[in-house]
Amino acid sequence: MKFIVAVILTASLAFAAGLWFDWWSIAIAAFIVALLVHQKAGKAFLAGFTGLFILWGGFAWWMDMQNESILSKKIAATLPLGGNAILLIVVTALVGALVAGFGAMSGSYLRSSNK
Amino acid sequence: MRIVPFMVSAAATAGLVWALNKPWGSAVPMPLGKFLSPQHGFWQNAEAAGYDFTADLKFPELKGDASVYLDERLVPHIFAENDEDLYFLQGYIHAKFRLFQMDLQTKAAEGRASEIAGAVAVNFDREQRRLGMKYAAENAMKEMEKDPASLAMFSAYTKGVNAYIHSLKESEIPVEYKLLNAKPEAWSNIRTALLLKMMAKMLSSGTENDLLNTNAKSIFGYDAFKQVYPQVPDSLVPIVPKGTVFDTAGIKPVKPATADSLYFGTKDTMMMAEISRPDKNNGSNNWVVAGSKTQDGAPILCNDPHLELSLPSIWFELQLSTPTSNAYGVSLPGSPFVIIGFNDSIAWGVTNSQRDVKDYFEIKFKDASKKEYWYNGKWEPAMIRYEEIKVRGKGTVYDTVAYTVFGPVIFDESFSNTVSNKRNLAMRWTAHDGSNEGMTFYKLNRAKNYDDYVNAISTFDCPGQNFVFASKTGDIAIWQQGKFPARWDGQGQFVMPGEDDSYNWQGFIPQSENPHAKNPERGFLESANQRPADSSYPYFIPGSYITPRGIAIEHFLSGMSGITVSDMMRLQNNYYNELANDALPVLLKYVNEAGLNTEARKYIEIVKAWNMEAGPASKGQTIYQCWWDSLEAAIWKDDISKTDPMAPWPEEQTTMEWLARDSSSLSYIDNINTQETETLDMIVTTALNKASVSLAQKEAEGKLEWTRFKNPSIYHLIKDGLPAFARKGLNVGGNGNIINAVTHSHGPSWRMIVHMVSETEAYGVYPAGQSGNPGSKYYDNFIDTWVKGEYYKLWMMKATETGDKKVKWVMKFGKG
Repeated sequence: MKFIVAVILTASLAFAAGLWFDWWSIAIAAFIVALLVHQKAGKAFLAGFTGLFILWGGFAWWMDMQNESILSKKIAATLPLGGNAILLIVVTALVGALVAGFGAMSGSYLRSSNK
Repeated sequence: MRIVPFMVSAAATAGLVWALNKPWGSAVPMPLGKFLSPQHGFWQNAEAAGYDFTADLKFPELKGDASVYLDERLVPHIFAENDEDLYFLQGYIHAKFRLFQMDLQTKAAEGRASEIAGAVAVNFDREQRRLGMKYAAENAMKEMEKDPASLAMFSAYTKGVNAYIHSLKESEIPVEYKLLNAKPEAWSNIRTALLLKMMAKMLSSGTENDLLNTNAKSIFGYDAFKQVYPQVPDSLVPIVPKGTVFDTAGIKPVKPATADSLYFGTKDTMMMAEISRPDKNNGSNNWVVAGSKTQDGAPILCNDPHLELSLPSIWFELQLSTPTSNAYGVSLPGSPFVIIGFNDSIAWGVTNSQRDVKDYFEIKFKDASKKEYWYNGKWEPAMIRYEEIKVRGKGTVYDTVAYTVFGPVIFDESFSNTVSNKRNLAMRWTAHDGSNEGMTFYKLNRAKNYDDYVNAISTFDCPGQNFVFASKTGDIAIWQQGKFPARWDGQGQFVMPGEDDSYNWQGFIPQSENPHAKNPERGFLESANQRPADSSYPYFIPGSYITPRGIAIEHFLSGMSGITVSDMMRLQNNYYNELANDALPVLLKYVNEAGLNTEARKYIEIVKAWNMEAGPASKGQTIYQCWWDSLEAAIWKDDISKTDPMAPWPEEQTTMEWLARDSSSLSYIDNINTQETETLDMIVTTALNKASVSLAQKEAEGKLEWTRFKNPSIYHLIKDGLPAFARKGLNVGGNGNIINAVTHSHGPSWRMIVHMVSETEAYGVYPAGQSGNPGSKYYDNFIDTWVKGEYYKLWMMKATETGDKKVKWVMKFGKG
């Protein structure tokens, strides 16, 4: 339950932060959520990771659907990911997930060190 | 207790963010984290297929209310209450759909490409500066500012562009900026001037060949030069119909006494050449048929400018309407006005004049500081411009350019292609002279009749254009308009001595003497980059003329009557190879079939059965072209490559005429690098045998069909940098010398047909789309229509038609 709350909170706070701040505010969002909803480091990492995997992956997938993959195919051929739009969505999700995961893990360690 | 893991984890997070927040070199030049972030990066540019462009916006710069109606092709129909609001909105809309293009093109024009592309563009930038592009734009600005009305229009446009730029959130900037990790720069009037100078360079900087001609003269000598590079081809069909009587020249330039010895007689060579010469195929077709030749008695005007095909296109389609004016056509993003189009009374179109308006003069400096040069018997001070080129990822490169009485010194010790050549060459180019070309279009957008049209174009100086015209009252006309130097015979074909004024231009051809024609008896007029007049025109007018398309258009139009719009559509898409029709009989006459290899025998049978149509599936066109190119190389290459850089290739028209007329007089047939004496039948035969080797290879790759052979493609502005943004392998035929002038990535950049019936009926298409956003479905949605040779009906919307179902979105603008 705590895990799911952390995931949802991370995704929500990261989204809100993204409206106003730079992209790396997702790390801060995950960090704060991990402070508030304390879990062990591994679980915190996974919650942050999952939260952003869903947020960025879902967001990108939704934009891509709306766009009928016009842009993603071009970007995926440029980056280079063989023009594969799905792979580009997965890479997008993974990048956000990793940054948030580490942010959340740091939060978890900070809170446990304060004990 | 958890301090250490926290520190490690926090450091890992910071490290990851740091790595994802900076560019990763040239392969990934953008911060990947930001780029991939769906809320910040490229995903934001993935425009929903059903995106709603509706808007309600307020700007303090506006004087009244205005509306932009976007139709189903994303063509804006801009309705404003006054001119300033109209051009403010044109600027806003241009920026909304084409910001990156406008920014990139004008930066490149100014010699600032290195700011985006890095060190690879430094020499390009230096050349742009040494061409005096900014200097030219500054001089244009002075003219623009002299006229308060013109200043008001250009300033309103600039404000519109900037209003859009300032409204952009960082996440909304065009995706190219995100890819390049760059930001848009504010607009200014001088950037509009720079864009127009970019056009001047594109169309009037590659039309002279002074440097390479100087090499050609050293190879052939002046007398033979005149035969190899003739001024008037035998088969010329000029723009102004043959038999037109010209007035005697109003100005008679005098050849300097030393010309024979110091100019025509010298055999020196030039070891430098420009880096970024405009494409030789830059040209166009336009023609107009009078009511006497059309089915319903109303004139029809046609135009298709041949330029580099790019994504986004150089053109942007729109309608500009106020209570006192109404124009429709294509505009240049970066400039106000409709450039090619029509209004409720007239229609106009342009082709390039191809005239030589740029000459080179050799300069003697007192010392390396270049501050003084020898002129008319004394040391004159040069104006010095210090150029600072900011290079992305590197420092700043400095350059010093000296300006003489002629113009900027483009080549000198510090800027030439080979170390051994340290000559100083200044250029005299009409693009440097102050003029206000924009106002020609302002006036054309509002012209009501022939007199208005003549008045509008009479101040258009550079690049020289063939303005074709039709009115609803039945007039048709064409003027070759521009500011052209009055030259003595041979002046400015080669680099000229610049130590005094004796070789400088002595004046300009009076505007009224520019070649023109109105309502000819035959009922049609055309231009296709050929020489404007035959040898009876009383001036020496060198240029890079293209002859075959004019012959073909004239050939078809003279045979037509009861012309309809569909006839004109077919003609714009015509694939008939006029030159091949003349050249192929010569090839077949001289070829010795017994001397052909097996492959060549197969190919000659195909080409014998060929109908001269260069359609996409044509194999005959591919074989003919390879054979002809191989023959031209055999005739000329040994001779013209005696200098480095090579002398210019003679025109294919010249070679064809020479072979058809009297091949025995063509002494260049012999390969000077071999012991035996080649004859025409030998080299024609060898040429096909040689071509067959590469043709067989192409055939094995499945590329013998013309379209597969030339692979027609439209690249993004960044070309090889963004190959995935291009459209390749388009199924079209044609060639530069054919009416449908599609080459690999160059050709009809806009096809327009305007039928001057009481309710104007117009058709048009260009190979791209209205949106410059590669993430929009409007980025390339016109291409398939263009490939098929089809057109869109152009809708001149009326103010009363706001409820029409063609209006998909409305953008409302108001003061606020």
